[in-house]
Amino acid sequence: MSVRIQSDGQTVTAYLEGEIDHHTAAEMRRAIDDELQCGTVKLLILDFRDVSFMDSSGIGLVMGRYRLMRFYDGQLQVLNTSPQIYKVMRIAGLERLAVIEKGEMKRSDPA
Amino acid sequence: MKRKAENEVKLTLPSRSSNESYARVAVAAFAAQLDPTLEEINDLKTAVSEAVTNCIVHAYPDRIGPVTITVGLYAGNRVRVQVRDKGVGIADVKQAMEPLFTTGGGERAGLGFAVMQTFTDRLRVRSAPGKGTAVIMEKEIRKR
Repeated sequence: MSVRIQSDGQTVTAYLEGEIDHHTAAEMRRAIDDELQCGTVKLLILDFRDVSFMDSSGIGLVMGRYRLMRFYDGQLQVLNTSPQIYKVMRIAGLERLAVIEKGEMKRSDPA
Repeated sequence: MKRKAENEVKLTLPSRSSNESYARVAVAAFAAQLDPTLEEINDLKTAVSEAVTNCIVHAYPDRIGPVTITVGLYAGNRVRVQVRDKGVGIADVKQAMEPLFTTGGGERAGLGFAVMQTFTDRLRVRSAPGKGTAVIMEKEIRKR
């Protein structure tokens, strides 16, 4: 599983893992959306600390969850984005939609 | 860049989404001989990932077809990546390259070309409906 989820019914934290591309994003999306279905969630936290790579499929993932949380009258927070991930998010202006907290410079990933 | 590549590799893979990771890592590994920074390698991987994803999602919407990637290393520490398919092609390249334009549905951001443009120095797209598309990206790896 590429996403680990913690929930108390109001706050859902999704710890994303590995690489986010078009191939892996669909599974992550389904896992997160299953948790949001109850409609009581007020805060969704996407934690990117264990994500080593992300392309624009990750933008779709974040934007889709942003729209969903707005529909539920809740908020979205994005945590621990590496420089590469933050650079991709900036292209979509995601820093204007969600609170993004950048992470520490991580171990270098293999080429 | 009309000159001949000093070193070149060409690989063809089927347009399966499980190959996206391999494609970007293969390009990055070949370009590693130019001694890029981690940021430059990540830029290249991200741009290649977008180009290959476009082939999988758009060029071959309902079949598996060949994606050919040519990576050339040129004098002046430049890398050139061509990603080519024999899929449906793009009728209006200009429109397809507009940020947020997508035919891929709600979960596609429509930013693939914007990412390729941002993460490389030069992007060219040639396409013919029914024949396929070629995306050519160039990036200079700075001397350290």
